Amino acid sequence: MTKKILVLLFILIPINANALIEVDITRGNLNPLPLAVSPLSIDEESRKGFEKILKKENIGSEISNIVENNLRTSGLFNPLDKKAFLQAPDIANLKPRFEDWNLIKAQALITGKVNYVDEKLRVEFRLWDVLAAKEMMALAFTTVPNNWRRVGHIISDKVYERLTGEKGYFDTRIIYVSEEGPKTQRIKKLAIMDQDGANNKFLTLGNELVLTPRFNPASQMVTYLSYFKNMPRVYLLDIETGTQEVVGDFPGMTFAPRFSPDGKKIIMSFAKDGKSDIYTMNLENRIVERITNHPSIDTSPSYSPDGKYITFNSDRSGYQQIYVMKNNGSDVKRISFGNGLYGTPVWSPRGDLIAFTKLHKGKFYIGVMRTDGSGERLLTENYYQEAPSWSPNGRVLIFYRETKTNSKGEGFSAKLWSIDLTGYNERQIKTPTDASDPSWSSLLSN
Amino acid sequence: MRLNKIFKNTLLVLAACLVLSACATKKEVATDIQGQMQGDVYTGTDTVEYLADGVPDRVFFATNESILTTASRETLRAQAAWLRKNPNINVVLEGHADERGTREYNLALGERRANAAKDYLMTYGISSDRITVLSYGKERPVDSGSNPLAWSKNRRSVTVKAN
Repeated sequence: MTKKILVLLFILIPINANALIEVDITRGNLNPLPLAVSPLSIDEESRKGFEKILKKENIGSEISNIVENNLRTSGLFNPLDKKAFLQAPDIANLKPRFEDWNLIKAQALITGKVNYVDEKLRVEFRLWDVLAAKEMMALAFTTVPNNWRRVGHIISDKVYERLTGEKGYFDTRIIYVSEEGPKTQRIKKLAIMDQDGANNKFLTLGNELVLTPRFNPASQMVTYLSYFKNMPRVYLLDIETGTQEVVGDFPGMTFAPRFSPDGKKIIMSFAKDGKSDIYTMNLENRIVERITNHPSIDTSPSYSPDGKYITFNSDRSGYQQIYVMKNNGSDVKRISFGNGLYGTPVWSPRGDLIAFTKLHKGKFYIGVMRTDGSGERLLTENYYQEAPSWSPNGRVLIFYRETKTNSKGEGFSAKLWSIDLTGYNERQIKTPTDASDPSWSSLLSN
Repeated sequence: MRLNKIFKNTLLVLAACLVLSACATKKEVATDIQGQMQGDVYTGTDTVEYLADGVPDRVFFATNESILTTASRETLRAQAAWLRKNPNINVVLEGHADERGTREYNLALGERRANAAKDYLMTYGISSDRITVLSYGKERPVDSGSNPLAWSKNRRSVTVKAN
């Protein structure tokens, strides 16, 4: 749906391939690459045109601010202070004076131009290698003016991809649960926002408890748990049309839903008589299949990106641990053997890692391990945190944290945080209210 | 075992804090904790409401457990007797977990706890038709504290009149 809204024309101008800059994203953010994001130049007529429609004084600067902010928060880049720039944006976009940019220690330079053409927003941008004095990439987009923020995100993704060799994650959204009110009686609503926190929107009113929304990787559908009429069930929601429906017809609580990688199935738990087992429902023919059958609690299922395997947590060994099985429920293998309890396994979109929550000696950790359980690496420790969700490129995890209350039971809060796979670049993601249960969308423009 | 250890450590830390503190009110809290928990199961009555005279509405559980204690079984027998005397009353068993677990696992754990209570009521002659199970996981704590006593109050199954 979003793709229809965004009329996006990519005009690829030939690029020079033998650039020198490479950013190693496996290394952490110890030495972020210094780069200059020159404000996109704009002629006076276009500036006035956009000011009228978008109520933004200079849309060129606004878009470049989005790019700058994205690149900075990635932890891999260090956008330099604009006050130090010597060359005017319009001239720089034609032909940068590389000595000037070299002088302020920029290794890469982003320039561009914005035009108001036939009531459309036309943006071109160029990425330059300052040391090699070469153009690395040049692209132009045309879209409706209201999509200006997305243009900033798409430019950020293109720059990230060109400099790191991996797809970006900026033109994405986060669905999460907004929380308000006292800890004993929280009001929870589904909410959605751009990856950078902009365009926050509430999708439910807070009349009933809602939990654990997850994006369909293939469309703008969301699955989540709602206590509508005090019957906790998994629901399917189309975030463009607002239509929703119960998933399946179960005589009890269904929960912990997630989509299959192709978006055609929902995998979830069904609790009955003190046991929770894993089921799938095919969204095309509505056929329900039972995947596990064990007297234990089997929950938090997540597919491998090829759809052939499922990871989940179970207390069949006596305590909550992580398991992997084939997608038909056969060959169940326990993979977590460290000290403590392990839960909420989520398969990386790259396929090689499983992110998890660990509880050990009263502390909660977010960590990753290989899919056979080897190479466990804990990324962050806290009083309470859980439910990691991967960025679509598998480089960043988003999760939520809750604070410890004081002796009077006051001071509770829940916030979204993100951390790089490297364990560096931990950041709080600002939300208008308290927040939990984040889920990261796929790239919107793919 | 591990969890017991964690719990004991926490108690030790608490005890240490209390020794260091000269504040009298805090000492009272310490006695309270000792008087209100057995193992890590809540045995106090702070949060308990009554369905009828002598019929407590809730039972409490140990960390990660759904086993009914002797006291819990006594409470549930009183509930069963009350339900037999009031055949028109149906109940919802609301199962809860403390905040020290992952959300989804806690939903399942709350369901398991409420079912433990349901099974016991059924063995005392209450038809399953009269009982609905509803798990809230960690979503509806009664005590917003972040300490072992608060958590013990929150690990519960509450019997609520449905009509």
